[in-house]
Amino acid sequence: MTFLLRRLAFYVFTAWAALTINFFIPRMIPGDPVKSLISRFQGQLSTDALHSLYVLFGLDSDDSLWDQYVDYWRQLAHGDLGLSFTAFPSPVSEVIGDALPWTLALVGVTTAVSFLLGTGLGVLAGWRRGSWVDGLLPVTTFLSSVPYFWLGLVAIAVLAGPGSFFPSSGGYEPGLVPALDTIFLGSAVQHSLLPAATILISSMSGWILSMRNMMVTVAAEDYITVAHAKGLPERRVAVSYAARNALLPNVAGFALSLGLIVGGTLLVEIVFSYPGLGFLLFRAVSAKDYPLMQGIFLVITLSVLVANLLADVAYLFLDPRTRKEG
Amino acid sequence: MSIPTSSVEQVIPEQGAMAQPSVRPSRRRRLRFVSGGKAATGLAVVAGYVLLAVIGPWIAPYDPDARSADLLQPPSAAHWFGTTHLGQDVFSQILVGTRGVMLVGLTAGVVATALSVLVGVTAGYLGGLADDGLSALSNVFLVIPALPLIIIVTSTVAGAGDLVVALVIGLTSWAWGARVLRAQTLSLRRRDYVEAARATGERTWRIIGFEILPNLTAIIASGFVGTVIFAVMSEITLAFIGISSVSSWNWGTILFWAQSQQALAQGAWWWFVPAGLAIALLGTALALINFGIDEFVSPRLRSAGRSRARTADGRTVRMRVGFTPVLAPRPASPAGSGQREEAGR
Amino acid sequence: MSEPVLEIRRLSVDYGLGDSAVRAVRDVDLTLHRGEVLGLAGESGSGKSTLAYGLTRLLPPPGVISGGEVVYHPVDGPPVDVLTLSPTQLRAFRWAETSIVFQGAMNSLNPVHKVSTQLMDVIRAHQPGLGRPARLARARELLRLVGISADRLDSYPHQLSGGMRQRVMIGMALALEPQVVIMDEPTTALDVVMQRQILSQLAELRERLGFAVLFITHDLSLLVEFSDRIAIMYGGRIVEQAPAAQLYGAALHPYTDGLLHSFPALRGPRRELTGIPGAPPDLRAMPDGCAFHPRCPRAFAPCDSRLPRLGPPADAPDRAVACWLHPAPEAATR
Ligand SMILES: Nc1ncnc2c1ncn2[C@@H]1O[C@H](COP(=O)(O)OP(=O)(O)OP(=O)(O)O)[C@@H](O)[C@H]1O
Ligand code: SF4
Ligand SMILES: [Mg+2]
Repeated sequence: MTFLLRRLAFYVFTAWAALTINFFIPRMIPGDPVKSLISRFQGQLSTDALHSLYVLFGLDSDDSLWDQYVDYWRQLAHGDLGLSFTAFPSPVSEVIGDALPWTLALVGVTTAVSFLLGTGLGVLAGWRRGSWVDGLLPVTTFLSSVPYFWLGLVAIAVLAGPGSFFPSSGGYEPGLVPALDTIFLGSAVQHSLLPAATILISSMSGWILSMRNMMVTVAAEDYITVAHAKGLPERRVAVSYAARNALLPNVAGFALSLGLIVGGTLLVEIVFSYPGLGFLLFRAVSAKDYPLMQGIFLVITLSVLVANLLADVAYLFLDPRTRKEG
Repeated sequence: MSIPTSSVEQVIPEQGAMAQPSVRPSRRRRLRFVSGGKAATGLAVVAGYVLLAVIGPWIAPYDPDARSADLLQPPSAAHWFGTTHLGQDVFSQILVGTRGVMLVGLTAGVVATALSVLVGVTAGYLGGLADDGLSALSNVFLVIPALPLIIIVTSTVAGAGDLVVALVIGLTSWAWGARVLRAQTLSLRRRDYVEAARATGERTWRIIGFEILPNLTAIIASGFVGTVIFAVMSEITLAFIGISSVSSWNWGTILFWAQSQQALAQGAWWWFVPAGLAIALLGTALALINFGIDEFVSPRLRSAGRSRARTADGRTVRMRVGFTPVLAPRPASPAGSGQREEAGR
Repeated sequence: MSEPVLEIRRLSVDYGLGDSAVRAVRDVDLTLHRGEVLGLAGESGSGKSTLAYGLTRLLPPPGVISGGEVVYHPVDGPPVDVLTLSPTQLRAFRWAETSIVFQGAMNSLNPVHKVSTQLMDVIRAHQPGLGRPARLARARELLRLVGISADRLDSYPHQLSGGMRQRVMIGMALALEPQVVIMDEPTTALDVVMQRQILSQLAELRERLGFAVLFITHDLSLLVEFSDRIAIMYGGRIVEQAPAAQLYGAALHPYTDGLLHSFPALRGPRRELTGIPGAPPDLRAMPDGCAFHPRCPRAFAPCDSRLPRLGPPADAPDRAVACWLHPAPEAATR
């Protein structure tokens, strides 16, 4: 349990650091972004909304930095991320809330599939060196060197012409109303196939490669030789002894690679105009919608932290050495 | 954006039954990795890119900004990679853009590597509280998703040029290298010759400079290459989504215009394919260098040349863990013949 | 002397293929008799482990067996050449007939599985008919055999001390009651008290169960006490082989003599400690003739050109030595 507590403390610390970075970033913005906004929405801003924007951007010059910081936290505690400029006057939290499920579904499913598939292929490649899987390695290396978004562009160009089964943009058929029925879900799945495939192809090779290398490294451990010496069936040696141990660093690496994968998938969303956080971030950046940008960064960071925590829990189950002495 | 696949981190000296004694690597051995096919190929390609970065703007057939009447033309003798919607030459844009890409990639790589060496080696060598603090710091930077942070920071800094982009990327992507270096420094510090140097009262900076750093060369190099890959990808991404300034050319800028001018919808594949391939080739070359370094650091990963061997009497046997191949001809001795099916109980 | 259980004939083992190959074991002839303890000693790098891994075909790449035979004599049934077994046959043969305790057994246990799992999976692999309760009972019995309480069955390897892990490995080696147990420096990583304790336990178990042991170490003093016969390895070859007492009393090979003088005598008269000057030979550039001649204090005319063969010297028919000082009656050169 101490392991988990330590990790938890670390994530809390990281969350604090991220939120603090988030606090300082807008204070580096030259000029006064709120002024331009106020002049744009003359009279439509309530004093409350104005105040929350001032807190967010530190334009409340009367307050000391510390007071601003305390205010910032108080506001966050209420889930108040300010108002979005682009979707004015919707609060940022609402805009993000609409986009979040899309990203969670897309990234969650593809990351899990890519990890499982890549790890499986990596086990094969590492155990049977010189087999057909080794032939896959140069291809996957090349594919992992291609930017996610470019692969998405190519996928659209090749597969998603007019009349194709694969839609080239959006998250669902334009006329549909989001609801949990088969028509809508079917359309959503159809729209997510290409983005998902793009992410899968780009991210899988990393898992294959690292798992292969770990298998090769582990295969030289004494306990593998012992397992062979014991005359165990090959499958048991490969799975229960080699792969089981090779998996550990890969699960630990999973947590660390997640940030990178999420970064990549955000771009795929942009290319496919997929209604998730990535596309939202893109629009926020283009429109200089600072509150929205900040909110998205916060949500992404927190999600990655939660995913990391989950990976840690998985690690706890996989590696008895992290469990409490029995 | 690829997952860091360096396994260097896992190559902490093992104590297996067949482990080789820990000796100082000689200088000759250190350079040998270049002779491996992968690393050499990668280095050659990267050298080509560096050359293009230097001479690109001079050998470009056209001014990349110059408009012409050849609007959206597919590749031809006059325009090898075709033209844009304004009649600009895509080939020239790629050539001219190489400089920005390489410059940002290498600068960010240098910044991040310097930081990672500073943080990683200090943490690993000093240990104690300094180690705890620095490790926590690098872990924080590891966990916070870098790309969104980079996007937001760069878009906040008005009109970010190449240098700003390179700095932001460098400052946010040192953590992975620091982590690996810390682990390796920690294990080096316990080696006999380092302990001996410490015992004889050698100065700390001398130990780090002459005993530790030389042994970290491969890992530092691998970290550098990894950061360059990440930096190139991030930079192109920033240009692609239109954050960094679109007035100077890099491959991401080309993709930005291609995307915003509906190149896809118009079937102008030549507009975005060359830039993507240029990125992929550079990324692959850098990855190859890293494979070379990996295999050099951890010889187990080498494909071991041959996975099959021919025996004296012409059979082919597989090199395989757990079943050592027997190259001897099958003996016709009394014990060997006739009882092959007899596998004990 | 009882009948042989394992005969190694002209076994050669290489690392690498073709021109890059280094021969780490050269033409080794060695016979293990039923129920005896045969000690194998030699400097670090002399090829002891390579021999042990080679004869069980457990050498990792780039190791290859380049020649020879390893003939195993089952209790009932005709002899088998281990080197000709197919993978399936080899798998069935392993552990059931010969088991191994590895050098530095610290890493011999799979860190992610419980001790019980690792004891039971080998039983299941070889005796699929046995139910789980029976396997568990056997695992418990094995632990008791090596003096570990049964509640350790649920422990993970990292929860055991080094000595305990080593005992678990010894218990595991006996799981299928093999005829031969190979032990590659089973106690080097342990303190002296633990070493003695485990060895005496091992001796007792052997009395009871009657398996033969090939015991590898570079600690000759241990062997003198513990083994029936001793073989000495140098540069990949066996250079001397004799009953333990005889070897200790009068080493014939100058290298053995040097080894005996590199450690303090535990019993009997004190000896002068001299050690062996010089360094072990480079496998890539073995000296011509007797590989020991550059370091041999008694080298003479034939030593640097002609290879002495291992054979019984004229005056001691039950031992063997490869040295021109004690030429075998029909000494041949190659
Ligand atoms: N993978 C390998 N490739 C090349 N040479 C090797 C390899 N493994 C071992 N050797 C060489 O083979 C020789 C025999 O090694 P081995 O491990 O059998 O010695 P040993 O007698 O068991 O020594 P120790 O007492 O240290 O265990 C050594 O000289 C070693 O350098
Ligand atoms: S053969 Fe010669 S060199 Fe070799 S051990 Fe005997 S005396 Fe020494
Ligand atoms: Mg050994």
